[in-house]
Amino acid sequence: MDPRGGDSVTPTAAPAPAASRLYAERLQRVMDAVQLRQPDRVPTVFFNMFWLARYGGISYREAMYDYERLAALTRKAMLEFEPDLYHNPLLLTTVGPVMEKLGYRQLQWPGHGAAENVSYQYIDREYMKPEEYDEYLLDPTGFYLRTYLPRVGEAFEGIESLPLFPGLYYMRLVVASSAFASPGVVRSFTALKEAGEEALRLAQHAAALNEELAGLGFPLANGATAPAPFDFFADYFRGSKGIMLDLYRRPDKLLAAMERAAVFLLRQTVAACKASTSRIVFIPLHWAFDGFMSLDQFKTFFWPSLRKLMLDLIANDLIPMPLWEGNCTSRLETIADIPPGRAIYWFERTDLTRAKEVLGEVVCLRGNVPASLLTTGTPEEIDEYCCKLIRAAGKGGGLILDCGIGIPDESKLENVRAMYQSVRRYSP
Amino acid sequence: MNSDEARLVEAVAEMREDEAHELARSMLDAGVAPLHVLDLCRQAMDIVGKRFEQGEYFLPELVLAGEMLENIGAMAKPLIQEGEEGGGPKKLGRVLIGTVHGDLHDIGKNIVTFMLDINGFEVRDIGIDVPVEKFIEEVRDFKPQVVGLSGFLTLAFDSMKETIEAIEAIGLRKNLKIMIGGGQVDQTVCKYAGADDWGATAVDAVSLCRRWIPAAATA
Repeated sequence: MDPRGGDSVTPTAAPAPAASRLYAERLQRVMDAVQLRQPDRVPTVFFNMFWLARYGGISYREAMYDYERLAALTRKAMLEFEPDLYHNPLLLTTVGPVMEKLGYRQLQWPGHGAAENVSYQYIDREYMKPEEYDEYLLDPTGFYLRTYLPRVGEAFEGIESLPLFPGLYYMRLVVASSAFASPGVVRSFTALKEAGEEALRLAQHAAALNEELAGLGFPLANGATAPAPFDFFADYFRGSKGIMLDLYRRPDKLLAAMERAAVFLLRQTVAACKASTSRIVFIPLHWAFDGFMSLDQFKTFFWPSLRKLMLDLIANDLIPMPLWEGNCTSRLETIADIPPGRAIYWFERTDLTRAKEVLGEVVCLRGNVPASLLTTGTPEEIDEYCCKLIRAAGKGGGLILDCGIGIPDESKLENVRAMYQSVRRYSP
Repeated sequence: MNSDEARLVEAVAEMREDEAHELARSMLDAGVAPLHVLDLCRQAMDIVGKRFEQGEYFLPELVLAGEMLENIGAMAKPLIQEGEEGGGPKKLGRVLIGTVHGDLHDIGKNIVTFMLDINGFEVRDIGIDVPVEKFIEEVRDFKPQVVGLSGFLTLAFDSMKETIEAIEAIGLRKNLKIMIGGGQVDQTVCKYAGADDWGATAVDAVSLCRRWIPAAATA
């Protein structure tokens, strides 16, 4: 699974009905866990990419294109599993129509380079050349308009004919408006209008689903999604090989670019989250794991900018929720350095018993029934695993039970049921 | 080893890229045999590989070392006289590796390929999203002692199982060992897919091949 956390098109849903007793109970349960108090039981979350397609007997491609069917399946799953929080699946899965209209090039998806029933996959490539750091540092917006956007989406092609805005003034500004009539810009704006209208439909469906689920008593898990500044450049700009070479060939430029990007990432994230009904910011982390870089490199390139982002979010009264993909055991002592009771650390493969020892007084843990067990195991095995996990990592509160990275696409239904039932059966 | 030679090995092993390139260039300009320069790079790669196994080096160092080797190779190769033998030491055994069908991820597979290569194995990497039939064809052609199946996504669990069953069904399984790795692969997946063993890191892959290939066990 590859939850790159498509940035949340923030719904402008009406606030959740505070009167809903269930809604309040569930939120309280989660907040107790976040604040490291013992909740009435261990809370759970619903997060999936394509599992709902299997659950509902539709193809992955249909799940990517049909807003209403995916919304209906989400509702059905919520009522069956009754999680305490949910991630809106539309914003991560039903992105096919918008991506198609954008001519989006950073993913392969069913019908676009991938088979009907294969999850979408990110195309790891160099989207920014090493010599372009300077351009980014000088003028990030200009770099997007002239170089980055036309590279990642066909609909943006032509937009590079826009003038250099920061040099415009007085009559030069007046005359330069001719650029808006240039064929490339007109073509791009026409294509973008269509993509924008589709994105609006997606956002409206997502907002309607949030509103409906709130009415049924389910609070939204994440109000916004943000990347760690390192992942932002590694994944979406430099590619995996490029970023590894940058650590040696241009470390100062990478650090400077991350600092520059952090300002924009924070502003966008805070605005998106404040406009939603949730205070939680989902931060999927792709390159933090043990085997990728040394602990020293992690402390230089990864952790400081991520920590600053989290502290800034906390200062805005938001709750950062990084998903630490892979095994991050060697990072535990380092990442303990945040204010207690203000964040959620979701671990994929890090042993939660060990994480509890190091982080138990600092941060609520989320996770981590293994994907292998959900896809190939039995309900009895799931039940036993969850029981052990709840007793080991749920002591004193501070645990949200979930899978390693959401429900794996191939999970057996009876295993998913067993996981959600376990929190009602076992207490720490 | 004279001082320039020792400096070249050290520069590559210590990730001093510019210095390594300058030294290689000046040695080649001074008439040092290109194959000798490449052999020094190989010695440096041994050091890099050992440091990786010991947890001192990580992926960025392997990638940068690979770049240095490639760049110095590009300088040296045009200077190699016809008839000169390259190749280095005899290979310890053959390993076929690929990412199973449906999965496009290649970073983990590339690192395993790199580590097996610098540890003396002959590795044939057949890429990503490899159909079952392609694995069968390559097993027949390359006759590997070990097959490595890589996959990052959970869909790879079934692809691995299908690939292994297909190799078994046509009677090719008895002559080789199969290892799997990547993403969320663990002992449960190993059992499910019917692999001989699994690994969480590239170092595990090297250990498995050493264990399974008799010539490598003593090397």
